[in-house]
Amino acid sequence: MTTNGIETVIGLEVHAELLTHAKIFCSCSAAFGGPPNTDVCPVCLGMPGVLPVLNRRVVEFAIRAGLATHCTIAPVSRFARKNYFYPDLPKGYQISMYEAPICTAGWLDVLVDGEPKRIGLTRIHMEEDTGKNIHDAHGDASLVDFNRSCVPLLEIVSEPDMRTVAEAGAYLRTLRSILQYLEICDGNMEEGSFRCDANVSVRPAGATTFGTKVEVKNMNSFRAVEKAIAYEIARQSDALQHGERLVQETRLWDADREETRSMRKKEYADDYRYFPEPDLLPLVIEQKWVDEVRASLPELPAARRERFVREHGLSAYDADVLTQRKDVADYFEAGVAAGAPAKEMANWVTTEILRLVRDEKLDRALVIQEWPITAAQLARLVTLVQQGTINRNTAKALLPKLRGTGRDPAELVQAEGLAQVSDRGALEQAVADVIAKHPAQVEQFRGGKEQVLGFLVGQVMKASRGKANPQLVQELLRAQLAKA
Amino acid sequence: MSALTDLSVREAAARVRRRDVSSVELTRAALARIAAVEPALGAFLTVAGAEALAAAGAIDRRVAAGEDPGPLAGVPVGIKDIICTNGIRTTAASRILQKFVPPYDATVTARLKDAGAVVVGKLNCDEFAMGSSTENSALGTTRNPWDPDRVPGGSSGGSAAAVAARECHASLGTDTGGSVRLPAAFCGVVGLKPTYGRVSRYGVIAYASSLDQVGPIARDVADTALVLQAIAGNDPRDSTSSPRPVPSYAAALDRGVRGLRLGLPREYFVEGMQPEVEAAVRGAVQQLERLGATVQPVSLPHTEYAIATYYLIATAEASSNLARYDGIRYGLRVSEPSLRAMYQRSRAAGFGTEVKRRIMLGTYALSAGYYDAYYLKAQQVRTLIRRDFEQALGTCDALVAPVAPTTAFRFGEKTADPLTMYLFDIFTISVNLAGLPGLSVPCGFDQTGLPIGLQLIGRSFDEETLLRVGAAYEAATDWHAKRPPA
Repeated sequence: MTTNGIETVIGLEVHAELLTHAKIFCSCSAAFGGPPNTDVCPVCLGMPGVLPVLNRRVVEFAIRAGLATHCTIAPVSRFARKNYFYPDLPKGYQISMYEAPICTAGWLDVLVDGEPKRIGLTRIHMEEDTGKNIHDAHGDASLVDFNRSCVPLLEIVSEPDMRTVAEAGAYLRTLRSILQYLEICDGNMEEGSFRCDANVSVRPAGATTFGTKVEVKNMNSFRAVEKAIAYEIARQSDALQHGERLVQETRLWDADREETRSMRKKEYADDYRYFPEPDLLPLVIEQKWVDEVRASLPELPAARRERFVREHGLSAYDADVLTQRKDVADYFEAGVAAGAPAKEMANWVTTEILRLVRDEKLDRALVIQEWPITAAQLARLVTLVQQGTINRNTAKALLPKLRGTGRDPAELVQAEGLAQVSDRGALEQAVADVIAKHPAQVEQFRGGKEQVLGFLVGQVMKASRGKANPQLVQELLRAQLAKA
Repeated sequence: MSALTDLSVREAAARVRRRDVSSVELTRAALARIAAVEPALGAFLTVAGAEALAAAGAIDRRVAAGEDPGPLAGVPVGIKDIICTNGIRTTAASRILQKFVPPYDATVTARLKDAGAVVVGKLNCDEFAMGSSTENSALGTTRNPWDPDRVPGGSSGGSAAAVAARECHASLGTDTGGSVRLPAAFCGVVGLKPTYGRVSRYGVIAYASSLDQVGPIARDVADTALVLQAIAGNDPRDSTSSPRPVPSYAAALDRGVRGLRLGLPREYFVEGMQPEVEAAVRGAVQQLERLGATVQPVSLPHTEYAIATYYLIATAEASSNLARYDGIRYGLRVSEPSLRAMYQRSRAAGFGTEVKRRIMLGTYALSAGYYDAYYLKAQQVRTLIRRDFEQALGTCDALVAPVAPTTAFRFGEKTADPLTMYLFDIFTISVNLAGLPGLSVPCGFDQTGLPIGLQLIGRSFDEETLLRVGAAYEAATDWHAKRPPA
């Protein structure tokens, strides 16, 4: 997209922490959140003489990610050492991949405002995470927690194929969705298990060479990534329009002040002195293994989205919302399988259920730990509404009562006498009473104020303690008001 | 009757198993010998007397209970101080690790213990194994048992000196460019550098990861084979250790050399060699011919590039391997208010001159813009050197050469110019670059009574042939039986 004759170029680097039980080069637990320095051993502490041993599961996860993003899986790849000093890096080097990554030249299709766009993937490689420095908690001393040291990461590097903030956001969400479907990363940006750095540059529209690239770091939510990129586009465009020279640099996003700030100029860039890791043999991956992993891949979000439209007759939008997360899509399909009409089920999941999940933070590590009610319960509830046994409001009111009980909604409706009143005779009287009690409003309605009807419907509903069938009430009101 | 400390590993273990002698008695004898000679010799950095006696007692109880404690039953051994020992200080002969006590055993340490060996202490070496004379140790001077004015060789100088001086029956060293073979030659004992990947490197403080290999030092070839048998084999904790099965080395010892083809690399007999060394090596070759081997000249044309290649690859790897000594988690820390100053002061105070020199060389070789010209080029030359050996060993069963151009030199003689010292590894370094096994066996003495070493170089994973040739030579000579002055 070009604005004022300026085109933006965006490439993203994602670091995804993998959900393996063990770390990448030792058998310590890779779980998040243990007390500091409890999930550690001589290997992940970088003690003298210890050696890394590659966790085969990490390779399998990398192959999964590569296949799901249409990458080529290298028959021979190689780990390399990235050398630099920092207290959270126990060996003084990070074992990563450099010249020979495991996955190259892939792509993924994203939807931007309903329009498909293909974004290239340069590479995916495996590496170890670092520990974590903890400052300011203990007076002058800084402490280091090495629990995260050696936790497996995939670094996923896109081509500079994105042109707008929306495209970057769509790419990031699609990528996270794929990793979650593959069950290899929980995708939690706030906890740092899914991290994103953005390379942003601007150039005059129609230019064929890239502008000066700025790397933006320190965004810990999707919103932050989008805001940071938007900020950079504005800052750089402004500079370009005023003829200022941009410098290649790394900038940090400051979430409080909503701006990026220069961290270091590339002229003083670290020289990481990469060289092949002599402690690990070249990684040879046989085609047979790749084929096995390919055969075990789950249905991915794009395919599932299309299937939801095709099989369940959902709108593209609903299908997209439902399939972004595997747990949500699974819940929806379980409801349909239990007999719920698909369209209604989709409405309930995307509105009521996901709102409860969001409001009450029922998901941890971006997997819903406990659904408000089971898919089967929701299916019954939706069916009761569909059949006219209860109205939507009654159904909503029943949600809290059903939670954590496992009760059958039909049985609850019966027990509490909540079945919808659809008996014309009984409602005729209530409608007549309301009309008699509110002459002023009746006058207004007859004077052409249509919206007053809603008030009158509400009064009838109130009189029926919510049980009246609202469509029927409306119909009867119109009929009676038209009569007199 | 010879003293307990004179016994071979085989004999000592056999007597422990037969209950002719207890492991505690052997260990006491070793500790007494250490106490007697250490003040003058300085082979040990740490003597672990209490731990050794406790381990010996445990071995004796197992023997008493009718168990077999293993092929090294109750025999006192020493371990180079670059190999980790659980609960026993492991320093790499560096100030930066002077107080480091590992909470884990190296795989080779564990395997020695599993085979019944009793670890009596940790042996001096050049700091981080960087050197050829043990003069680069930051923690002590080790003297040559044959002449206290001379170096024991290096970097595993303590390991060779202690075995020669009867302080322990065998020891472990590490060999990155000749560090087992050279001190073995200088001290008149047997030293083996196994094929890269034959012995686990787990828990061995890394100098140059693609070259380092642990090797045994003992007083004869059969003991060397016995210790190799105990430590060799795949280790799941070292990805570069080979899954190849380990043959029986003892079975190879008495096969003789009849029919074996031995190659004499012409590049290994050079101008400026000490004439007595060349004469002794040529004499040994004739001896082997008399025993039935055939000898033919071979060429290793890329030999002249070996030193340069080695000092690019080894230092590059070292610059990275030694980055972990940063004062953060263990080892020496010089406290400073800023992180950068803490790094600089800790490493400045913790590392010696030679270590700093190699870190700088290696850092330079890996730097952006120089990587292709130095590190990458060196790897290409390494391939050529490996091919030289493949070619030569295609027509021969093993190569015969000197270990070093001279016998042990005097302290300080080569420290002024590091290059002179580097050149001393000229005959050993290519073997590490090619990843091949190399054996050093005593083959004579010079006029001043200093030992001379014969080097045998074999095909990949063919330690058997080296041990076989070494044992045949040893059976026909008595150089190995000579002992240094008490």
